[in-house]
Amino acid sequence: MSIYFTKEHEWVKVKEGIGAVGISEHAAHELGDITFVELPVMGKVVKQFDMLGAIESVKAASDIYSPVSGKVVKINEALNDAPEIVNESAEDAGWLAWIEIADEAELKNLMTREQYDEYLKTV
Amino acid sequence: MDELLKQTPLCGRHEALRALMSPFGGWNMPIQYEGIIAEHAWCRAKASLFDICHMGEFLFEGDFAAGGLEDVLTFSVATIPVGRSRYGFLLNESGGIIDDLIVFRLAPDKAMIVVNAATAPKDFAVINARLKGGAFTDISAQTGKLDIQGPLSRDVMVAAFGAEIAAIPYFRFTTMNILGVEAIVSRTGYTGELGYEIFIPSDKVVELWDQLLLDERVKPAGLGARDVLRLEVGYSLYGSDIDEATTPLEAGLEGFVDLSKNFVGKEALLRQKEQGVARRKVAFEVNSRRSPRHHYELCFSGEGVGTVTSGVFSPMLGRGIGLGFVRPDLASIGTPLTIIHERVSMEAAVCELPFYRGGSLRS
Repeated sequence: MSIYFTKEHEWVKVKEGIGAVGISEHAAHELGDITFVELPVMGKVVKQFDMLGAIESVKAASDIYSPVSGKVVKINEALNDAPEIVNESAEDAGWLAWIEIADEAELKNLMTREQYDEYLKTV
Repeated sequence: MDELLKQTPLCGRHEALRALMSPFGGWNMPIQYEGIIAEHAWCRAKASLFDICHMGEFLFEGDFAAGGLEDVLTFSVATIPVGRSRYGFLLNESGGIIDDLIVFRLAPDKAMIVVNAATAPKDFAVINARLKGGAFTDISAQTGKLDIQGPLSRDVMVAAFGAEIAAIPYFRFTTMNILGVEAIVSRTGYTGELGYEIFIPSDKVVELWDQLLLDERVKPAGLGARDVLRLEVGYSLYGSDIDEATTPLEAGLEGFVDLSKNFVGKEALLRQKEQGVARRKVAFEVNSRRSPRHHYELCFSGEGVGTVTSGVFSPMLGRGIGLGFVRPDLASIGTPLTIIHERVSMEAAVCELPFYRGGSLRS
C-alpha cells in the first residue's frame, strides 16, 4: 500500500481506489494531547486540499484538509469518544476517514514518505 | 531562545527532562514534560511538583497601619493571624485589578506578599509608592518556590520533612527547617487538590526539587497542566480572566474585597456597586468535547454578548469548560450561550463553580 503526504501533514494510504486519510505522527506530536476530532459527514464530496474536518488539542485547534478529491465513504467513529487514538497511532488506528478517490492522478501533487521526511527537516 | 527571558534555577533540570519550554510572564518556563493530560491526571490522583520560582515575593517589615500597608490591598493585613494567609487584590484608582496576590502573616510586624510573575515589577512600584513607612523589599530573586499538589502530597511531605506538616490546615503555613535552611510550607495552591507551596532560598531549590522527585509518587508537571487544573476549579488567571480593566465586582470576586476598610480603588467599587456592573463573569460548560478558547465570542440568541477569557477541554468532565464575561442579565445559571470562532460554533450553558468538585483540597 502506498502512502502520500501533504504539506499540511495529512496522509493518504491508497488501496483499490480507496484512500484512508489521517494526520502524520509529526502533526499529532506537534498538536499534543488531542481532545476532539471533528469528522466529516458520510457522503461528503471534497476536492483535493479542501477542508475535511478539524482536530483540537489542549494547545490548539487545527483544520484538516483532504489529500485527495472524492467522496467520504467511511469515518472512524471510535475517535468521537477516544480522540487520543490519534496521538497513540496517528498513521494507523488514528485514521479519520476513507475517501473514494475521484482521480488518482492527483497523487502526484503529494509527497512520498521519503519526500515528506525531507520536507520535515525544512519546517 | 529570547535572551530577555528570565530563567529559574531549575532550567537545567527541565531541559534534562526534555520539557517543552515556552515564554510565560517574561520567564522561560516548562509547559509540559510527558504531556498535559497525563500530568493533569497524575496531579488529580497522586502528587505533582511544579516549578513556580517565577512568581514574585515581597517582604514588608514594620507597623501595618502606620506603614500604610493596611490601606493598600482590598483586605486587612493587620487582622490576618500570624501563621495564616489571605487572598485578595491590589487595585488601581478605577477599581481595576493590578494583581491578585496572597499575603502571608509571618510575624506581628512582618508580612510576605506573593504576586504574579509578569506583574511583579509594577506591583512592587505601586505598593512601594503607597507605603508611608516600614521596610519594603523585593525578595523574589533570593526566594525559590515549589508547589507540590495532589491527594498524596501530604504523605510525600511528611515522609520527606516530618509529621509537623500533617498538622497544617488549609490557608495556614508553618516556618520550618528544610535541607538545613528556613523554609515556609503553606497549605495553599492553584489546582483544587490538597497541596503545599514551599518557599525556600533559591540556592536550595534544585536540591529540594531533586529530593521530592526521588519519591515515586511524585512527578513534575508543567504550566499547561496547571492551567487545566486551575480552570477545572474555576480559579482566575491574571492577564486572561482578570486585568486592570476588570474590577473584582465584575469578576465575581467581591468575597475577597472588604468594603468596611480603606483601600485604593474603593470609591470606584462603591460607585460601581451602586450603578451596577456592565458585564459579569460567568462559568460555562460546553455540550461536547470542543474547547472554548481565549477571545472566542459568546453569543445569546444570535447576538454577541461577551468574550471567553479562559477555556479548555476538562479531562475530569469530558467536555469543554470556560470562563468569560457577558451582559449581567445573562449571568444566571442555565443561560444558553453559543460560542463562536470563525466557522466553529459550540453550544454551552452558564453553570456554577467549581466545574470539578472531586478535589482533595480540604481533605
